[in-house]
Amino acid sequence: MSSSSTSIMDNLFQRSLEDLIKGFRLQLLGESNFISRAVEEIRREIKATDLSTKSTALHKLSYLAALHGVDMSWAAFHAVEVVSSSRFQHKRIGYQAITQSFNDQTSVMLLITNQVRKDLNSANEYEVSLALECLSRIGTHDLARDLTPEVFTLLGSSKSFVKKKAIGVVLRVFEKYHDAVKVCFKRLVENLETSDPQILSAVVGVFCELATKDPQSCLPLAPEFYKVLVDSRNNWVLIKVLKIFAKLALIEPRLGKKVAEPICEHMRRTVAKSLVFECVRTVVSSLSDNEAAVKLAVAKIREFLVEDDPNLKYLGLNALSIVAPKHLWAVLENKEVVVKAMSDEDPNVKLEALHLLMAMVNEDNVSEISRILMNYALKSDPLFCNEIIFSVLSACSRNAYEIIVDFDWYLSLLGEMARIPHCQRGEEIEHQLIDIGMRVRDARPQLVRVSWALLIDPALLGNLFLHPILSAAAWVSGEYVEFSKNPYETVEALLQPRTDLLPPSIKAIYIHSAFKVLVFCLGSYFSSQEPTSSSLAQESSSGSLLVNVFTHESILSLVNVIELGLGPLSGTHDVEVQERAKNVLGYISVIKQEIAEQLNLQGNETEASRVTAFMEDVFSEEFGPISATAQEKVCVPDGLELKENLGDLEEICGEHLKPVESDSVSYTDKISFSVSKLRIRDQQEATSSSSPPHEASSLLAEHRKRHGMYYLTSQKEDQDSNGTSSDYPLANELANEISQDSFNPKRKPNQSKPRPVVVKLDDGDESRITPQAKTNIQTANDDESLSRAIQSVLLVKNKGKEKDRYEGNPNSGQQEKEESSRIENHQNSEKKKKKKKKKKGEGSSKHKSRRQNEVASASEHVIIPDFLL
Amino acid sequence: MIKAVMMLNTQGKPRLAKFYDYLPVEKQQELIRGVFSVLCSRPENVSNFLEIDSLFGPDSRLVYKHYATLYFVLVFDGSENELAMLDLIQVLVETLDKCFSNVCELDIVFNYSKMHAVLDEIVFGGQVLETSSAEVMKAVEEISKLEAASNSISLVPKSVSGWRGR
Repeated sequence: MSSSSTSIMDNLFQRSLEDLIKGFRLQLLGESNFISRAVEEIRREIKATDLSTKSTALHKLSYLAALHGVDMSWAAFHAVEVVSSSRFQHKRIGYQAITQSFNDQTSVMLLITNQVRKDLNSANEYEVSLALECLSRIGTHDLARDLTPEVFTLLGSSKSFVKKKAIGVVLRVFEKYHDAVKVCFKRLVENLETSDPQILSAVVGVFCELATKDPQSCLPLAPEFYKVLVDSRNNWVLIKVLKIFAKLALIEPRLGKKVAEPICEHMRRTVAKSLVFECVRTVVSSLSDNEAAVKLAVAKIREFLVEDDPNLKYLGLNALSIVAPKHLWAVLENKEVVVKAMSDEDPNVKLEALHLLMAMVNEDNVSEISRILMNYALKSDPLFCNEIIFSVLSACSRNAYEIIVDFDWYLSLLGEMARIPHCQRGEEIEHQLIDIGMRVRDARPQLVRVSWALLIDPALLGNLFLHPILSAAAWVSGEYVEFSKNPYETVEALLQPRTDLLPPSIKAIYIHSAFKVLVFCLGSYFSSQEPTSSSLAQESSSGSLLVNVFTHESILSLVNVIELGLGPLSGTHDVEVQERAKNVLGYISVIKQEIAEQLNLQGNETEASRVTAFMEDVFSEEFGPISATAQEKVCVPDGLELKENLGDLEEICGEHLKPVESDSVSYTDKISFSVSKLRIRDQQEATSSSSPPHEASSLLAEHRKRHGMYYLTSQKEDQDSNGTSSDYPLANELANEISQDSFNPKRKPNQSKPRPVVVKLDDGDESRITPQAKTNIQTANDDESLSRAIQSVLLVKNKGKEKDRYEGNPNSGQQEKEESSRIENHQNSEKKKKKKKKKKGEGSSKHKSRRQNEVASASEHVIIPDFLL
Repeated sequence: MIKAVMMLNTQGKPRLAKFYDYLPVEKQQELIRGVFSVLCSRPENVSNFLEIDSLFGPDSRLVYKHYATLYFVLVFDGSENELAMLDLIQVLVETLDKCFSNVCELDIVFNYSKMHAVLDEIVFGGQVLETSSAEVMKAVEEISKLEAASNSISLVPKSVSGWRGR
């Protein structure tokens, strides 16, 4: 009694969806309050036994979920209840809630199978439509499998209202349940020849999706599509067919020749811009070898570009950028429009114009175009500004700076970019600064100048996005200090107080660079004091335009500046900064005493000079670019088991394990150069013998001897650039071998300013593509079984067709040849077909399994009909 | 495939939102906000297309049209034509115009169910199945009739008869 009375009360006083919406507009509670109260109310109402109350509650909940983001997954079971109502209104609300909120994880999904089946079989076409819509949105593997027979029946429906939706649902069913292809594909294909434009549109739409996923499997249907392309006058249909051919022509070039003519015909004939654009896009993306078609397409693009409609202009530019890689002339013809579009108010148009401008860049106009773009970048909003910077950076660095001749110019451009207020591309600029330093020897003096200017610019330190650039500038100033005009100023810049704004990792690079500068200065100071080696020292700096002359005072003040600057940092919390600072300070403490005391050390080898020479030796090793595939070149030595699990090794030789480990470590230990260690070792050597410390260099040489194949290849030595360390033959030899010869300038005599040599790796520069390709293959695998299903069904179908053709017109010789090779297959299947006819009308399960056998036997050979010939 | 259909007013309030792939409601709301923030920053008289990979994943495009206080938005992938999608918005608006005779935002606000009926006839599971507004109207009217019929029976709710029966 009580339950029924509450339910009637609920029903009478329940707020409808309209009441809810009205209430929402008038509410004074605040949005979230109102919603939570409404949801509370719904939770109460939805428990009612009365379906009207329940469905109204569910309806309100779907509304709140769709527009206000209220969770409705908790009501899944109620939706199942409502959908089982016999009333159309309830059913509709129920299906709407289900399509909106169910997913593969919904546990009550299993409960709707029978209801959906019932509604698919309903006499009311609108109920069928609701069920189809539901299946097309949330269909799972199980649903698709269980409902395939119903979908098959509906595909043959006489009502086009139902039939078109049944065609639409096939896509979801195929995707989730591949075996459905065997059942439904034939009926689907038959519809390609229908005269009903709605049905045709639906079926072409489905094939467009299938062809996008797997063009290969749709290739055998090319004749049917061709017929549609020629005969249809419906723009929706034509657009979809064009999309299909755009996919197919890429994998079957002969198809391109065949379809080019009808496509051009449509382009000339139609007034519908959408169709023209689709034709243009098809031609430029898939038929770009067909000169006549491309010419016509470019003419159409031009029409788009001169229109006032911003949509057409945008699409025209879009099409141009597709055509650009193969037919640059098309872009050059429209150069003025493109440049003008750079100042368009529409960001899309600007972006497309930018891409096109970058496509036009070559070594002659790169500086002009970059100049224009930098001006635009200064004026643009941050987003577009960075887009410009990024485009310039990637265009210029393409293929190891292929289009850059004048690196001095390019480096100043990089410096300029860093000063554009909105610049956020710090990491890319950082990478290029270092990369150019390593690859282009001749650019280093300018690189040091640019870096110096960046380091002393007070505005840059405060900009978070530019910190990577500063880290590169700092590294460059240390690494290539020999080109520096005034090392003293470099150190001052590196240790300026505002560097506290930098993150510790970059701060550490600053300190380390200061260390390198210090070592360099001391090295040249000592060598200028030693008459024997001074000539060599001079030679070493002959690459730079200036000669650094250090007096005793200047060295002393340099040391003092560094000590003063780093003193506070030895107590900092960041370990990296602290360690670097301590390294430098430790080094200074070794040498300072001697420098301060002994004014003239002529001829005498002091400890300070020895340590300095050692450090110089350490820093003199040049960095070169490393191939990204270097690791892959390492072949696993014989007897090294990498895949074996070593877990049980401990049991066998637990005691011996530890000493073995420490032994192996010692090797790497030796080449690491922490200052304190070097000092100790050096002192030991100094006491035992007076020979110069070869250790680091000889170790490197040894390493190179052993692992020579992983170093960059080298051919010839360059006499001019022998390093400072020519005292030490081993290291010297090394330095030459590693990097010099590859810089051998091969100068073109004609050019006023020759392009410097850029070190380029054979394979490493493009290696990034491979992982992408791998993932592509993986995703392709996912669709594989679907495509195999389609192909096998098509195979069966085509055999039937070919038979007709073969008998119908045996005069086409080419076709005959192709056919004859398949005749064996063909005869086999013919036998099976006869069987099939007999069995028609038998239970579908039997039918299916027999078909499966046939398919399995034939699925290996997929036949592409040669309708072109 | 069409990925989503949205109608937003110029304040960013969604009036209709339909996503053809399942998405959790929070994600839906996030996307609606994301789309609006892009749309409201665009000046008048610029192109109606947007590349929207950042919100909807690679190869997604967006077409929108601004009518009075409403944005009509379609999100779709590479197998649709941009201009055809623009036409589709036109079809949708025309149909609504016929439905409500001179449609305005309030019609859309208060006829949530009918809006879905119209949209479901045009776009079916992400595919465009109907582009003639006459056909759509026919179906929508049939659906309204069916709903009204099922309602008229319910004037005396079952629960009442059950209660009387006691």
